[in-house]
Amino acid sequence: MRGVRALWWREIVRFVRQRSRLVGAFAQPLLFWLLLGGGFSASLRPPGAPADLGTMAYFYPGIIGLVLLFTAIFSTIAVVEDRKSGFLQGVLVSPISRGGIVLGQALGGTTLAVLQGALFLLLAPLVGISLSPGAILAVVGVIAAVAFALTSLGLVIAWRMESTQGFHAIMNLILMPIWILSGAFFPASGAAGWLGWLMQLNPLTYGMAALRRCLYLGAPEAVGRVPALVPSVLVTLAFCAVAFCAATATARRSR
Amino acid sequence: MTQPPCSPLAGGEGSSPTTTAAIAIAGLTHRYGERPALRGIDLDVRRGEIFGVLGPNGGGKTTLFKVLATLVAPQGGAVTVFDEDTARHPERVRRRLGVVFQHPAVDGKLTVRENLACHAALYGLDGVESRARAATLLERLGLAERADDRVEALSGGLARRVELAKGLLHGPDLVLLDEPSTGLDPGARRDFFSYLVHLRDREGLTVVLTTHYMEEAERCDRIGFMHQGRLVAVDAPAHLKAEIGGDVVVVDAVDPEAMRRRIEERFGCVPQVVAGALRIEMPRGHEFVRDVVEAFPGDIRSVTYGKPTLEDVFVHLTGERFFDDVGAPGGA
Repeated sequence: MRGVRALWWREIVRFVRQRSRLVGAFAQPLLFWLLLGGGFSASLRPPGAPADLGTMAYFYPGIIGLVLLFTAIFSTIAVVEDRKSGFLQGVLVSPISRGGIVLGQALGGTTLAVLQGALFLLLAPLVGISLSPGAILAVVGVIAAVAFALTSLGLVIAWRMESTQGFHAIMNLILMPIWILSGAFFPASGAAGWLGWLMQLNPLTYGMAALRRCLYLGAPEAVGRVPALVPSVLVTLAFCAVAFCAATATARRSR
Repeated sequence: MTQPPCSPLAGGEGSSPTTTAAIAIAGLTHRYGERPALRGIDLDVRRGEIFGVLGPNGGGKTTLFKVLATLVAPQGGAVTVFDEDTARHPERVRRRLGVVFQHPAVDGKLTVRENLACHAALYGLDGVESRARAATLLERLGLAERADDRVEALSGGLARRVELAKGLLHGPDLVLLDEPSTGLDPGARRDFFSYLVHLRDREGLTVVLTTHYMEEAERCDRIGFMHQGRLVAVDAPAHLKAEIGGDVVVVDAVDPEAMRRRIEERFGCVPQVVAGALRIEMPRGHEFVRDVVEAFPGDIRSVTYGKPTLEDVFVHLTGERFFDDVGAPGGA
């Protein structure tokens, strides 16, 4: 446990000491939100979204998802860099278990994601969301679960990778589509048939649904047609467990 | 070549706390695809022994090192460390192991102290314990004043010392050091080796290291020469040198190939051509020096005469030169 804590703490210290990462992980989603939300609002409305909900408001939970995704990507890239720098080799010959290493890495990434996601929550009033203390707790809980699952998923990939170059390609082919098809961008109900199916199979769809439902805990009618809260939370927790076990198994195989 | 002043007794007998093996390797083989890296290694390293693994790059040292560090499972044969099988119980082996890789394994973004704290935590040490040990090591390795600097701001030599501190921090029973003194200046190199000897004497530490420095190899209790995936000789440095016997004469000739034939015809001995010079092992070398210079006065640039060194042992075994500090006594 001491080792897990040390690895977790190291991720955070490294993050704080690399300011460009902090700016990148926060400014980029903000920019996306302003450009996409602002650009779409005049001409388009996500089909199937509640009529009185603007695009800025519809994209808002989706952008929180993007913040989590970026943070997860950044912290898993760190694993590839650790391997290249030799730091990981030093960890691998220490007595800490492979599961412990993965847990430290995943918790580090999750913590950073939650902090940045929470920072984004401060913008909630701009889209007319007012959060009760209970709702804030629920939202942060969902953010933490989604972040843990995404970071673990990133670790599954990162532990197989030798270089960061290959990593970017995999990232764009797997992680970005997972986000785009999660209901963050457009609701499943308005998507073409096969796309709708993909979205229902996408575990992140349920994370995004849970996030939406918790953000609009006081006004469920504003959420539109997304999966209900309890199943969404359960699927998200299962996503966490599966992704974490897969990451640990991958770490065990790469000695 | 002079002996280092405080060289431990050859063989290390008498200083080993017990006779049980720290490392037992039997029939170890390993290959990368078609290319064999280890072709059957058998070796016992005693507890409290300082053992040097020497050999040119590509000779299998790194693979052997990775197997001992539990990073690579043996493909053939068996390796036990303190009677634990490295393939079956790597976690038990890791607990007793300190490893310093050739490549840096410290985090440049963390300070020296933070790096050590992180490392201690990985080995399950609590804060008090690790701080006390870290303070001793920082002092001993001359890092105390830079303890709160980030490692990325340190010079290569100082960063290397952080690696060494890390490897010893958790009080391992066996340290594996891959080229530990690369990047260290000669003074720091000697000092670090003396510290290893001290830890061996005080705590019974077993040391396995690879080195390119003859001076370091001379100070090991025993050394093993690795060449093309095999251990071609294992013994105390003094014994290895005694095996050659007699003297070693090196003739630097204007035309080495012609000179080799002429020496062969005239003196009936067969010189080896090593790195462009002729090398002859023989008893009563001083007489040969006189005769060869008289016989071919205009064709010889220089003649070196001496008792065999470990370099000579290596050349004798493999026909290749090896050490970095040979011929540069000032830098060694």
